[in-house]
Amino acid sequence: MSNEWPLWEVFIRGQHGMAHRHVGSLHAPDAELAINHARDVYTRRNEGVSIWVAKAGDITASAPSAKGPLFEPSNSKVYRHPTFFDIPDDVGRM
Amino acid sequence: MTADPIFEFALRMGDNCLVLGQSVSAWCGHAPILEEDIALANVALDLIGQTRMWLGLAGEVEGKGRSADDLAFLRDARAFRNCLLVEQPNGDFGQTLMRQFLFDAWHHPMLKTLAGATDVRIAEIAEKSVKEAAYHLDRSTDLIVRLGDGSDESHHRMQAALDGLWSYTGELYAADATDEAIVVAGLSDIEEQYKDYTSKTFDEATLTIPDATFMHKGGKAGLHTEALGPLLADMQILQRSHPGAQW
Repeated sequence: MSNEWPLWEVFIRGQHGMAHRHVGSLHAPDAELAINHARDVYTRRNEGVSIWVAKAGDITASAPSAKGPLFEPSNSKVYRHPTFFDIPDDVGRM
Repeated sequence: MTADPIFEFALRMGDNCLVLGQSVSAWCGHAPILEEDIALANVALDLIGQTRMWLGLAGEVEGKGRSADDLAFLRDARAFRNCLLVEQPNGDFGQTLMRQFLFDAWHHPMLKTLAGATDVRIAEIAEKSVKEAAYHLDRSTDLIVRLGDGSDESHHRMQAALDGLWSYTGELYAADATDEAIVVAGLSDIEEQYKDYTSKTFDEATLTIPDATFMHKGGKAGLHTEALGPLLADMQILQRSHPGAQW
């Protein structure tokens, strides 16, 4: 058994209404202490109003080697971008 | 004795924060893991920030033109009014955490109570500090329970730390004429709150409060243990050897 504490990924929401963003990772023995550590490590400069933590091992990631087949086909399909529409100002941030 | 009890009282509050903050900051770069290292540095900085307010008030009340910096760096040990608990050495990580918990368990209810003080300057400082103290107490309580009720090694270290430090806690809440001159409702309830909170936490942490009831005192009157001298020497050397030096 490893003596290392598990790795946690930390997500912080900066302002009301904005999504949580990945800010980094840290080690902690459980979720509660991971939140405390995240508060101390990642919100020292008043960055956040909410913290999420998730065990790094629980995150399934796409393989770096699959980058080509996964993402390159969409390079040439500009017509999928909604940049051809005028967004009314009243809509605000989307 | 000094004429103004507010001066004495502000020194007590400020010196507690200053001495503990200085001690805790010595862990910077040395804590067992990075996350705790940053957390300890945060606590130390919170305490130094609170020191600025308390010693600033003390200087203002005294009226001799001494700033918070003057009071921090140019007084001798005999003029410090901190409790003996906060000047006890860092020891191992367990001892540092136990000292912090024994302080936080008093500091938080004390600040909460002081937020209702009739002297508006005291009330304002307490109001500004109480959220930081609440977090400190949450954090140290959590760690005391985890380490007390943890491995054999951690339990043993936490119990040893409690055995060594418990007799310094009585001074925190033992009120004298200075404390009583601070008019605020609820000051006399702090002892009971302190005992309730600590005994509940130690139960949960499977730690035992020592039987001996003897309590050290003296810090509030400027009579300190041998640990304070070296701490002040370290903290004050720059201002002592280069008076008036600035960044």
